[in-house]
Amino acid sequence: MPKKPKIAFYWCSSCGGCEESILDLAEDILAVVEAVDIVFWPVALDVKYKDVAAMGDGEITATLINGAIRIDEHESMARLLRQKSKLLIAHGSCAHLGGVVSLANFSEREDIFTRLYSDVPTVKNPQGLFPKSGTIDSGNYLELPGFNDTVKTLDQVVEVDYYIPGCPPTPELIKEAIMAVLEDRLPERGAVLAESKALCHTCPLKESKPETIRIKKFKRLYEFEWDPSRCFLEQGIVCLGPVTRGGCNARCIGANMPCSGCFGPLDNVTDQGAKAASFLASLIDSTDEEELQRITASIPDPAGLFYRYSLASSMLKGKVAGNKSD
Amino acid sequence: MNDFEPKIVGFLCNWCSYEGADAAGRARKVYPANFRAVKVMCTGRVDPQFVIKAFREGADGVMILGCHPGDCHYKEGNFQALKRYAVLRKVLVQFGIDEERFRLDWISAGDKEKFVDVVTKMTDSVRQLGPLRG
Ligand code: SF4
Ligand code: SF4
Ligand code: FES
Repeated sequence: MPKKPKIAFYWCSSCGGCEESILDLAEDILAVVEAVDIVFWPVALDVKYKDVAAMGDGEITATLINGAIRIDEHESMARLLRQKSKLLIAHGSCAHLGGVVSLANFSEREDIFTRLYSDVPTVKNPQGLFPKSGTIDSGNYLELPGFNDTVKTLDQVVEVDYYIPGCPPTPELIKEAIMAVLEDRLPERGAVLAESKALCHTCPLKESKPETIRIKKFKRLYEFEWDPSRCFLEQGIVCLGPVTRGGCNARCIGANMPCSGCFGPLDNVTDQGAKAASFLASLIDSTDEEELQRITASIPDPAGLFYRYSLASSMLKGKVAGNKSD
Repeated sequence: MNDFEPKIVGFLCNWCSYEGADAAGRARKVYPANFRAVKVMCTGRVDPQFVIKAFREGADGVMILGCHPGDCHYKEGNFQALKRYAVLRKVLVQFGIDEERFRLDWISAGDKEKFVDVVTKMTDSVRQLGPLRG
């Protein structure tokens, strides 16, 4: 019997949603399990790091890594799995672009610790204990993974062959990616394995999207009674569909939510947030400076909105400096 | 810190503001050497990614200088620039880039005094703020 191709899954700084997206393959997962050997999958299999280290270089056909790089253990595991795998695939927004977890790059490492281990009202920490990467306990030195200064994308640490976008990706895209690996029909290296057109092209509300949209106030869903059968943007609700890669089956739109951009930017866009900001600004129906101030004030957290899934991959990668006005 | 000289990158449109800067030069007006001019056809061409890139590559301040409202050679380019500026300014503050580090102004081809004035004021206020990456 010919040997089955080996597949591995690993998680870095993630919420677990990407792992769920594999389980969401439901009965299709049986077909995958039939066709491959899953040799490493911490959430489901008891395989140790040392077992991975003992594998030959390139022995794993493809490894899917989800989550962003937050601690040094993520970095060393990414390197190890890169070495052991023919193909390394970034699975989900966090591995692809930094994801929601990389919004932490708007805060300094020390501020994150102070907030989490001291300032949060429900935290009691009278001894002032903070995480450390090593400690001596009853004469034994214990080592823990170290917390890096910033969150990185997977490809800022190792070379990545393909990207499956989404927060999380759809099971269809994961299945399609694995089948493409098995059937040896992957596109050019470096490709994002989803559509190349913007989400609007496949949005069920696209017929109601007018040629030109002019916005006097950005409105939020709770502020008024909006019409679920009409394009969100046309109603003044921020929808990032026009600047977001399609391929998600417009699942947010189907659930009466505007697109928040998890599939990332279109090809040739370096900075998803800058592109989104530029696009939304162009829809504003005013050239009066005071009115512009009022209209932009209706976007309460613009950086969080535009960079929700991509701060680590953005051109500035995170906070540049402390504001003098802080 | 006293001898800190900021780097200011300016995106100037070809038709008005670059002309204005040129006129200032021809008239031998003195303006701070901190200013690095980048000529663009129109301020409407200034993608926010250009501004962000300038800050990433070491600018302490960025200016967009274009034709007065109504004078843009492509009709609405400067209005597009103004709208993007309004949004981008708020975004940059969240990245730790103070509002004073990013300015937009209108300079016509004959505005040599105004050109010298806005560039000098910008340089002074950024000098006060200190280097972006302190
Ligand atoms: S802007 Fe949003 S709601 Fe409108 S067509 Fe595009 S994806 Fe659909
Ligand atoms: S609609 Fe937008 S946010 Fe929702 S899944 Fe699709 S790409 Fe992601
Ligand atoms: S040509 Fe000067 S701003 Fe458009």
